[in-house]
Amino acid sequence: MAIPQTDTNKGRPKRHHRKRKHVWKDKHYRWVPTADGDWRVQGYIVRHKHRPAKGHFRGPGKKPARRGVGNPVNPDPRPAGAYQGPFGHAQAVRLLSRAGFGPSGGQADQLASMGLVAAVQSLTRPSGAATLNGPPPVDDEGSPIAPADAWGHDHLWWLDRMVRSNQPLVERMALILHDWFATSSAGVSKQQQMIDQSNLFRSACFGSFLDLFRAVTVDPAMLQWLNGAENTKSAPNENYAREMMELFSLGADRGAYTEDDIREQARALTGWRYDWSSEEGAHNFRFDPKRHDTNNKTVFGRTGNWGWEDACRLCVENPLHPSFFVDKLWSYFLPQPPAAGVREGLINAYVSSGWQIRPIVEAILTSPDLYEGPPMVKPPVVHLAGMLRALGRYVDTDAWRWLCEPAGQVLFWPPNVSGWDDSRWLDTSRMRARWNIVDYVLDDVSIRPWSDPYSTTENADEAIARAIAIWGSPEIRPEHRAELLDLSQRSEKLIVANWQKAPYRAMRQNALLQLIGVSPDLILQ
Amino acid sequence: MSRCCNDYTRAQLLRSAAAEAGKGLPVIEPGMPEPAGTGLSRRKFLSRSAGLALAVYGASKIPLSAFETGIAQAAGAEKILVSVFFDGGLDALSLLAPVADPRYAQLRPKLALAPGAGPTFSEDTRLQWHPAAAGLATLHGEGKVSAFPAIGYDHPDQSHFTSRHYYEIGELDVGFRTGWLGRYIDQVGDDENPLQGLSMDGSLSPMIATAERPVAAIDGVDGYEMWSQVEDPVKSEMFKSFARFGSLPSDSPGLTQVRHATAQTNQLRQELGGVGGFSSPVPYPETNFGHKLAGLAAYISFGLPMRVVTIRASGGYDTHAGQAADLESGLKDTCEGLLAFQRDLEKRGLQDRVLIELWSEFGRRPEENGSEGTDHGAAGCAFVIGAKAKGEMVGEFPGLTKLDDNENLRVTSDFRGMYCSLLEEWLGHDAAAVIPGAAGFARPTLVKA
Repeated sequence: MAIPQTDTNKGRPKRHHRKRKHVWKDKHYRWVPTADGDWRVQGYIVRHKHRPAKGHFRGPGKKPARRGVGNPVNPDPRPAGAYQGPFGHAQAVRLLSRAGFGPSGGQADQLASMGLVAAVQSLTRPSGAATLNGPPPVDDEGSPIAPADAWGHDHLWWLDRMVRSNQPLVERMALILHDWFATSSAGVSKQQQMIDQSNLFRSACFGSFLDLFRAVTVDPAMLQWLNGAENTKSAPNENYAREMMELFSLGADRGAYTEDDIREQARALTGWRYDWSSEEGAHNFRFDPKRHDTNNKTVFGRTGNWGWEDACRLCVENPLHPSFFVDKLWSYFLPQPPAAGVREGLINAYVSSGWQIRPIVEAILTSPDLYEGPPMVKPPVVHLAGMLRALGRYVDTDAWRWLCEPAGQVLFWPPNVSGWDDSRWLDTSRMRARWNIVDYVLDDVSIRPWSDPYSTTENADEAIARAIAIWGSPEIRPEHRAELLDLSQRSEKLIVANWQKAPYRAMRQNALLQLIGVSPDLILQ
Repeated sequence: MSRCCNDYTRAQLLRSAAAEAGKGLPVIEPGMPEPAGTGLSRRKFLSRSAGLALAVYGASKIPLSAFETGIAQAAGAEKILVSVFFDGGLDALSLLAPVADPRYAQLRPKLALAPGAGPTFSEDTRLQWHPAAAGLATLHGEGKVSAFPAIGYDHPDQSHFTSRHYYEIGELDVGFRTGWLGRYIDQVGDDENPLQGLSMDGSLSPMIATAERPVAAIDGVDGYEMWSQVEDPVKSEMFKSFARFGSLPSDSPGLTQVRHATAQTNQLRQELGGVGGFSSPVPYPETNFGHKLAGLAAYISFGLPMRVVTIRASGGYDTHAGQAADLESGLKDTCEGLLAFQRDLEKRGLQDRVLIELWSEFGRRPEENGSEGTDHGAAGCAFVIGAKAKGEMVGEFPGLTKLDDNENLRVTSDFRGMYCSLLEEWLGHDAAAVIPGAAGFARPTLVKA
């Protein structure tokens, strides 16, 4: 049997739905802050989906007031224990990557100009409803997505919020809580119920953990997923009682609870139910006192006629809850656990605030570890959303759903109730999936070597500068830059005939763009 | 907006989940049979010589390492049978529409196809091809299609699962655990070549479920592809740099993770670069089904040792509501794909080695329902396609004047007769060893002498 060792690109699914749509590239202008507290005009390219009206507003508008330079007040007062180093572009990028989905446009510089504390607070203290900037999400046909009804559009809906919301940390916190209270569409009758649950995460992500916990406990998606609505006094179901302790509030094998506690807790949680019809699925979720066990229950040694609200409170009041909360929340933002003293401080702050989430998030986001410590691997959707933001692209294809599946993360479909395994984001199939995502993301940017015109003279340095600029000028590690330069030079040497001058340079450009997208610089946060 | 029966969709989900887990099947309908092959062991195997990631079913005592040599050394079968399944119950009365039957328009006030809308079926001019099946009509015109306008079996069962199960096992017995083509492989196949029975839809088709020999399923035809808008010679430079990204030193666990994944990914890309990239001599419709057929033609030309291949047709055919649009798009994608596949085989000179069998679990009720759809019926249609196909209709079209006791189309040919002929005339194997009661079925001539 002879297997031809071809290595062509034929297997790439044809983008039969996705026509290369014309965009009107249009230069706009905006104000960006300068280091001396003033503002300067910066030009940038807006990609209009429709022909822009003649003479439409292209900025920059009225110059903002001068910022307090020369003002004797320290513009960036930092609390003790906070990161004390410089807060510039690189630090702002890291903050935006961990507490959002990376910078877009001049966002990193703008954040850097605010100083650390104000920058963090601009993320943790958003006001009002989020604004979604840019074109609304569409599917391959260009039709508006139908997140509640169309298969996969729930994923697109959330990805779009990650790309366009002006409250990125709210979306990132919702993603964290989706992993924390991992509920899957696999066990929920309607996509809308999953979307509603994510909205619960958005609205409750900075408040009291106890309030959040209670809302999640009786959330319709959760009541279906962990059988909370099949838990009655005559036939208790322990599923939720166990997971609320093990995964949501206390942790396994820490001596925080016993099997008896789980059985008793299940009885405290009895009473929730819903109706079912083939048209509506599960609906009319309600507490039915007739199904609730009104006898005394003893949980963690405390006896009373506990109900579901007590069940949540008992967990939160368990002495091992604050440390569980701090460790878990920390782990979403930092790859290594906090030093003992830092951990102690966070635990005290959490308890003394009455289990408030916001102050702990703020403490984590201003901690030295975040800016001085090692990087961590971005989850696939964070990587994808970040690339779309950097390139100024939006949710304009169903591909963003099916490409994420082999990469290991489909929103609303965590693998199980313990969420995604953050230590396993990369293996050979997932890395390949990320490579292919990058190729797709670059669809509008990469050059068709044999049909698009391209420079016949671009040199190696210019090629790299162009590719990095297209990616929104991310930090590229020097050893990667050196390799890219080497690739540029090697590619140029391949040009031996006149007809190769432009196409090979175009391919070189595509290769550089592709490699930056899959480089550790973009995969790490 | 239910477009097919709710039970069906739900059952399909459960069915695929159960098949993957290799566990027993949850019962959806009382008495619903377990698909053949339920519980077969499933192992993941990367074949370097074939450049494919395979799920290997059965033969659990054979070590995976044996398959590599098994595939490399197996002789490519001379004759290949490709089975294409219209999932859900294809409406035969739309594919071969009896426009000249006086009752047709009466039974189908909304769904009847207009006379002249598609090419006339030359062997029975009462019938007319669906316009979306033009590809099939073209091949029929070239004498490469044998049509069964009313195929089925006595006392037809209208459950998707039971009827499909009968077709899969080649017998009317809910208890059978091997597919009819699986038994064929058990009798003639190889111990170490899982490609001999290949499902192209990610999980094993019960039709090729064996008792002993290994068979396989693949997700797609693309192997381990890494896409880019870069071609050689720049492409190899790009991957050289990608490999170097994987071998540079690291200063943190996160970076190490990316470096390792990068290095291993590039390694696997090189090892599995085999048939992953293929090219086709003819254009295919840009559909998943077309792409799979394009890959299949390439595999055959590479000499991969396949005997029987199963693939699901484009689209879903359980058209209880809004039938016209769903049927049209599914048929169009399927028939265009099949035409391209046949042209591809002809271009490569492989046309005498491949025969295609098209089937569905049943036809649909002649009288349309109230939601512009049709419910489960009895007799359906089947086709045998290929340069070597006899090209003559098997069994007559029974007409709509007299229907069966359930107001369904009467059966004029038995699917087991078709199987017997395919085994004997095409695969050169004794049908009696595969199909119970084979002696009792009339054998239509399906292959050109």
